[in-house]
Amino acid sequence: MLNLKLIPPGALIGLFLCAVFLFVAVFARWVAPYGLGEIVGGVWEPASSKYLLGTDNLGRDLLSRMIYGAQTTITIAALATALSFTLGSILGFAAAVIGGWFDTIMSRFVDLLMAIPTLIFGLVVLSVLPSTILTLILVMGLLDSTRVFRLSRAVAVDINVMDYVEAAKLRGEGTGWIIFREILPNALSPLVSELGLRFIYAVLFLSALSFLGLGVQPPAADWGGMVKENKEGIVFGIPAALIPAGAIAALAISVNLVADWILNRTTSLKGGRG
Amino acid sequence: MAKKTRTKPSSEGRLLEIRNLKIEAKVYPPGETPRLVTIVDGVSLTLERGKVLGLIGESGAGKSTIGLSSMAYGRGGVQITGGEVILNGRDILKAGKEGVRKLRGNEVCYVAQSAAAAFNPAHRLMDQVVEASVLHGTATRAEAEKRAKHLFRKLSLPNPDTIGERYPHQVSGGQLQRVMTAMALCSEPDLIVFDEPTTALDVTTQIDVLAAIKDAIRDTGVAALYITHDLAVVAQVSDEIMVLRHGKLVEWGGTRQIIKEPRQEYTNALVSVHHIEHEEHKPTANPLLSVKNVTAAYGGGAVKVLKNVSVDIHPGQTLAVVGESGSGKSTLARAITGLLPPEQGSITFAGRTLSNALKDRKRDDLRELQMIYQMADVAMNPRQTVGTIIGRPLEFYFGIKGAERDRRVAELLDKIEMGKGFVDRYPAELSGGQKQRVCIARSLAAKPKLIICDEVTSALDPLVANGILKLLLGLQKEEDVAYLFITHDLATVKSIADSIAVMYRGEVVRYGSKSKVLAPPFDAYTDLLLSSVPEMEIGWLEKAIKGRRMEAGGN
Amino acid sequence: MSPIVKLIAQRVALGVGLLLAVSVLIFAGTQILPGDVAQSILGQAATPQALANLRAELGLDQPAYVRYFAWLGGILTGDLGTALTTRQEIATTLPPRLWNTLFLAFWAAIVAVPISIVLGLLAVRYRNGPIDKAISGFALASTSLPEFFIGYLLILFLAVKVQWFPSISTVYDGMPFLAKLHAIVLPALVLVLVVLAHMMRMTRAAILNVMQSAYVETAELKGVGQFDIIRKHAFPNAIAPIINVVMLNLAFLVVGVVVVEVIFVYPGMGQYLVDHVAKRDVPVVQAVGLIFAAVYIGLNIVADVAGILTNPRLRHPK
Repeated sequence: MLNLKLIPPGALIGLFLCAVFLFVAVFARWVAPYGLGEIVGGVWEPASSKYLLGTDNLGRDLLSRMIYGAQTTITIAALATALSFTLGSILGFAAAVIGGWFDTIMSRFVDLLMAIPTLIFGLVVLSVLPSTILTLILVMGLLDSTRVFRLSRAVAVDINVMDYVEAAKLRGEGTGWIIFREILPNALSPLVSELGLRFIYAVLFLSALSFLGLGVQPPAADWGGMVKENKEGIVFGIPAALIPAGAIAALAISVNLVADWILNRTTSLKGGRG
Repeated sequence: MAKKTRTKPSSEGRLLEIRNLKIEAKVYPPGETPRLVTIVDGVSLTLERGKVLGLIGESGAGKSTIGLSSMAYGRGGVQITGGEVILNGRDILKAGKEGVRKLRGNEVCYVAQSAAAAFNPAHRLMDQVVEASVLHGTATRAEAEKRAKHLFRKLSLPNPDTIGERYPHQVSGGQLQRVMTAMALCSEPDLIVFDEPTTALDVTTQIDVLAAIKDAIRDTGVAALYITHDLAVVAQVSDEIMVLRHGKLVEWGGTRQIIKEPRQEYTNALVSVHHIEHEEHKPTANPLLSVKNVTAAYGGGAVKVLKNVSVDIHPGQTLAVVGESGSGKSTLARAITGLLPPEQGSITFAGRTLSNALKDRKRDDLRELQMIYQMADVAMNPRQTVGTIIGRPLEFYFGIKGAERDRRVAELLDKIEMGKGFVDRYPAELSGGQKQRVCIARSLAAKPKLIICDEVTSALDPLVANGILKLLLGLQKEEDVAYLFITHDLATVKSIADSIAVMYRGEVVRYGSKSKVLAPPFDAYTDLLLSSVPEMEIGWLEKAIKGRRMEAGGN
Repeated sequence: MSPIVKLIAQRVALGVGLLLAVSVLIFAGTQILPGDVAQSILGQAATPQALANLRAELGLDQPAYVRYFAWLGGILTGDLGTALTTRQEIATTLPPRLWNTLFLAFWAAIVAVPISIVLGLLAVRYRNGPIDKAISGFALASTSLPEFFIGYLLILFLAVKVQWFPSISTVYDGMPFLAKLHAIVLPALVLVLVVLAHMMRMTRAAILNVMQSAYVETAELKGVGQFDIIRKHAFPNAIAPIINVVMLNLAFLVVGVVVVEVIFVYPGMGQYLVDHVAKRDVPVVQAVGLIFAAVYIGLNIVADVAGILTNPRLRHPK
């Protein structure tokens, strides 16, 4: 099925980078040369053979912290995306198929939630809630599910009015069959691509929150928090803060490339195969 | 600005000469390398001044592409790769960008299929009508406006002096089509290319617009290329007809010869496309489906779409429901299937009363009443194979699975004249006619007593539609199934119906057996409808216009 | 009343209603929580007396809706509350901050909007060519880059290495105008780059959509030149979608401003909000959150109204 030659170069790079990040995130403990909080050298030492990326503002090995940071960032973002996606798409589909007052109430409520910029609302809520990892996942997941709701509802409504869905209804098929065998297979491609975008957004959102001091709390490391820790160095010409920032950018771009590729593949005429 | 005079060559002789035209396009099939396909292959034609040439063929024949090539234009990335197009004595394919720009809207003008889309919604009609004349300097703004108003009057548009002030969305479809014709005539071109100008209109409006176009062509002496897939329509306006198929010339001759004595088999098929052998059945004692005094409405009773409708369908026979847009014929189908529960009245099927709403119906009721849709592409789930699509009703209604189901599916594929190899294909890999056949097989799988056919041939080419109709008639005899055939095409109705119901604005205005309905005296609407179906004879248009009693809707 | 005015009035009324509902949401977000609000504000080490005082001050003994209406009433009469940590009237400390934020956002918008429209036009004019691909590639990259990446990169190169601009954007009352502009160049640049990418992609899509319409083909077949086609036929129909795109991205800008102000330590509303969120200063968070939401909703209303005004079907009904 996966003919390597037919994959465009952009998607190949994306796939490769994603695989690297994923590997590092899962096997962090065995890949990192030093411990998470170990102070191994002087403050902001430049890159050397001992510390491949140099040290950070407290003298800890930057590479190890980056690897653990990958684990933290990717895990939290992935869990938040899973939450937002499941919640948003199930409710979105249900709203489209059930219709009526359920649809109206859900849509109005989602409109209301989306009337506040996510970052602002996130800040408002985090001003009173403790910044534990669970809270972060819940807040990010719930806020982001609004966008997924809107998209999946729109996709489901589009498909719901197609004649083949009406034909299934006229046959007497139950709601379950209609959602899972008629609507869902045709909704997959825009949904999968949206999954990628939501993940990227979760990574960026989490990093922004951590950068502002409201996300992951020390001593745990996530990339956004690492930018915050090392930002003082920029004024002295020390680029340490740019490394976690650059990693976030690299992750976002590679997921983008892969999501684009999947979207192009599954919209092909032959029903998504080949 | 002073009027530029274009030195016209002598008024006799060749206006347009196309030699060995070759047009190709790049296609990008999914999963394969892009390749070039030939759309027009070595077509030649000549057109004299003041004459009308009809280009006829099915979709994909290349007729629009050839018409547009007379303006050196290729739509959507097609390229003219060979041949010459000689207009007024010069090859316009070699004229360069500026030369081509100068002749468009000036020597050659184009009338598009959909006027509603062809006009810019942000500008008034008059601005757009005079744009070409003023741009090319053939008239000053004042002169062009005067000529435009004169043309509006000629084309029988209402309020010819003020209609130019309006915006496109404020004017009806039929009127817009005439304004577009005026736009083309305003710059006094030598040639106008009419690209299916009446196809998007209702049948009754089509005649008015067709007559207006014919008058305008005759009065201004302009030459025209008239593109359409309807032979009866083109026979009314052209002097010569050229039949095209798959980008190649099939036959070219005078209108009379093509209609009366076609020389090629394909031309003959096109000419006789409405002749289907069918003996009319007489009504039986017990109707299979009985619709009694059904009234239905949308918006909680606000908008009445069906008013006191009563019709019967007899087992093994065909009831054709005819009407234009807004007549309520499709709504009747929705009421019968339970998608739109009626406010009043009842529907009996095979002796039992049907529940009003879909969700209350028993499975057997649902099974014995099947439906086929107009657009076969969206009537099938694009992610399911042909085998799954046809097999599902077998599983769902009869619980048949596995090898037995596969056997039945193969049987059904045979019935619709498609082979076993289609079982694993996806809908996107089928042609228009094949898709509709699969939909027919799907409905047959349920062993229904009645099939509702909702405009099933309206989106198909005439020859393909003919094949589908013949198939349906054959299946009716074999399976003893009744049809409720909804259509706006009277020619089809005349061939296959046993009884006919004519609908207008939600009411049945005429109902009975075919022979009775089609015999005079007629009510005003049926008269209008019947007189609007172009016959394949010369001079029909003039007779039809003279005999009109009722105003057409204008849509 | 003409139908257009009625439509616009309806839309504005809807927006006001939405803002009211949002205020409820913001209030609910901060006040009605599991656990003790006073406890989470003062932390674990607070004495019972301090907790009791805080509860009395916040009016926590009163039911929620009473507190909400008290707060709302205050806002409508200009009393935005008092900051818990600094004891200052928010209505006096907020306006200069608001003004600074608007100043920054304004200059970013003024630069970003024309550039993105021009780039969008270029991408359409030479579509699928190298220019288009380069522009699209740049746009894709920019939307993936976090603001602090761009921000610190710019500081490193333009403020530290070459020292053209300050790395901290301080502005104060009485500062000369040009000096102010000089101070905000870097933060404005970050905002421009972030918003430019989104706006350019959406502008390109909007213009392309119009260029592929049937009426543009009609104009081409009348022999109208390329430039005139774009000017007379495409542009009037592209205005509505472009304005919509611009407004939506300005709303997006409002959020981006928060992080940018923190990066450059710019004394605007975003910095103000973040500081007080960290200190759990609820009244400030409520007031500033509401103002951000109001700006966001306001921009969306302008987008809708512009869409109504530029739609010929609505301007000239049948």
